[in-house]
Amino acid sequence: MITDFLLSRHEKKTLIVAALILAAAILVPLANLLTPVGSILHVPDHLVPLMGKYLCYALLALALDLVWGYCGILSLGHGAFFALGGYAMGMYLMRQIGARGVYANPLLPDFMVFLNWKELPWYWTGFDQFWFAALMVLLVPGLLAFVFGWFAFRSRVTGVYLSIITQAMTYALLLAFFRNEMGFGGNNGLTDFKDILGANIQAPETRAALFASTALMLALALIFASAVVRSKYGKVLIGVRDAESRTRFLGYRVENMKLFIFTVSAMMAGIAGALYVPQVGIINPGEFAPANSIEVVIWTAVGGRGTLIGPIIGAILVNFGKSIFTAAFPEFWLFALGALFIATTLFLPKGIVGTVMQGAKNRAERQKAVAAEKGRAVSPAPATVGTPEPQAAE
Amino acid sequence: MDAKITNSILYLDNVSVSFDGFRALNALSFVVEPGELRAIIGPNGAGKTTMMDIITGKTRPDQGEVYFDGAVDLTRKDEAEIAQLGIGRKFQKPTVFESHTVWDNLELALNRKRGVFSTLFYRLTAEDKARIEEILATVRLTARKDDYAANLSHGQKQWLEIGMLLAQEPKLLLVDEPVAGMTDAETSETALLLKDIAKTRSVVVVEHDMGFIRDLGVKVTCLAEGSVLAEGSIDFVSNDPKVIENYLGR
Repeated sequence: MITDFLLSRHEKKTLIVAALILAAAILVPLANLLTPVGSILHVPDHLVPLMGKYLCYALLALALDLVWGYCGILSLGHGAFFALGGYAMGMYLMRQIGARGVYANPLLPDFMVFLNWKELPWYWTGFDQFWFAALMVLLVPGLLAFVFGWFAFRSRVTGVYLSIITQAMTYALLLAFFRNEMGFGGNNGLTDFKDILGANIQAPETRAALFASTALMLALALIFASAVVRSKYGKVLIGVRDAESRTRFLGYRVENMKLFIFTVSAMMAGIAGALYVPQVGIINPGEFAPANSIEVVIWTAVGGRGTLIGPIIGAILVNFGKSIFTAAFPEFWLFALGALFIATTLFLPKGIVGTVMQGAKNRAERQKAVAAEKGRAVSPAPATVGTPEPQAAE
Repeated sequence: MDAKITNSILYLDNVSVSFDGFRALNALSFVVEPGELRAIIGPNGAGKTTMMDIITGKTRPDQGEVYFDGAVDLTRKDEAEIAQLGIGRKFQKPTVFESHTVWDNLELALNRKRGVFSTLFYRLTAEDKARIEEILATVRLTARKDDYAANLSHGQKQWLEIGMLLAQEPKLLLVDEPVAGMTDAETSETALLLKDIAKTRSVVVVEHDMGFIRDLGVKVTCLAEGSVLAEGSIDFVSNDPKVIENYLGR
């Protein structure tokens, strides 16, 4: 049933984008590892984790689009789920350091030794196992989203109010994770990672593998999201977005519909965070900053919310722009980002992909209308039907 | 239980509700029998829409009893439960899913399992397909089944919404101003459609259009200030001096 669900009813453009991402998963590592430095095909070492980072952001934007673009829930706290997934992975990576830390303590990470802690807090147990950390990457953001959503959606908190409390949620986590006594490295977060699954995290091969895993995960997430939004459940979500009360009076439990997609989306964001941390080499409370979550909203809006490939393109484009811009004019990046958001809202309310799709649809409809007009005009003389004629000026 | 309750499809007794001190419903009581088509008229603010809100679980009454199908206490249930019990509601302003096609609108309305996982793995069966096609024919939208609901005319949206209610297979249909904004031809066709629907289920219609009510030719309840002013045939009600004073005007 599951494979049947995943393999059916995809749009052609979704499959094309998924194939492109998979091609990148293979080609970028090959171009990095197998071509000589200086060749035009060579991808320099520093670009591999950078591109991997973009793909993590794309996965995060895709997760946000599921709730915002399809269900109308504007979450301004998705960065929190991303960061929690990142911390779960970071805890695993910390435990892999072992006795190679500055204080050479085989059990405790450096920051705990520094704080004079004698034993590992209970919630760090199990994180030396990759499978456990991977499970937590899904469960911790999922559980938070489930509990948060259970209360919010049952009390029918919607619109701006919901956005504000999601923002408050990520801000509260920011403050909590800044505290040293929380046991997550406080201000500095978790860093100085050495190994992942026994491989040196700095090695080009590991980085290439991380990039490939990220691309693979993004392609899978895209196919999964497409299966969800094109199912009847996905149609109900759009119904909730456009006419919530109608959905309710048709007998759907709107709160359950929202809760499911919110939880699934949070888990996707968690996976994105977990893939992000080994590639950038650090996770700190800054990832919980409300501004981060708002940036995700901007990527999604720029690319086109309510389309699945829009947020992927938006996240990659905006972050590529950010890399260029912050190198050239570091002080002006936030102004540029703000201007971009205003321009998108004013001139491209459907985002890049949404606008292109609308254009294609309009053209098709115009052609259909022209054909219908012609059909009517020539119907008394059916012999001419079907002969192509130059289109009349409109 | 009271025989009056058990023999009714909808039973309201002494229902009152206030909003910020304003009494929207004031000891409202009336009964709809199974298979009945009932028209409700009344001036603005008479409590017609509030009454529908109470029946469909959107608003809780301050006091009074509301029973459905002879036994079910509606005051303890929420919108989704009440819809699943078999009460369909058409809003005053046509409310359809504009970014879905006509077909998808009906598919969503179809009376099937409505949980997250049953909708996630739902497959259109031949039976469901036939049912949707049948409804499309009834509401005369077959030719437009692949068009987005947003592109329908006002009258067609009203009809699509009625079609969605039919797909829900309700035992009781609440219809709020179905002919508002319709042409005369559409209005009389809607009257025929509603009469047809009422053959197999109970229907309550709220309407201002007296010509339309006359076309329906059914028992009429006139509400004013949150309670029943008069009840009976259209001629009886429209000759009632209280109705003339409160609603029809001299």
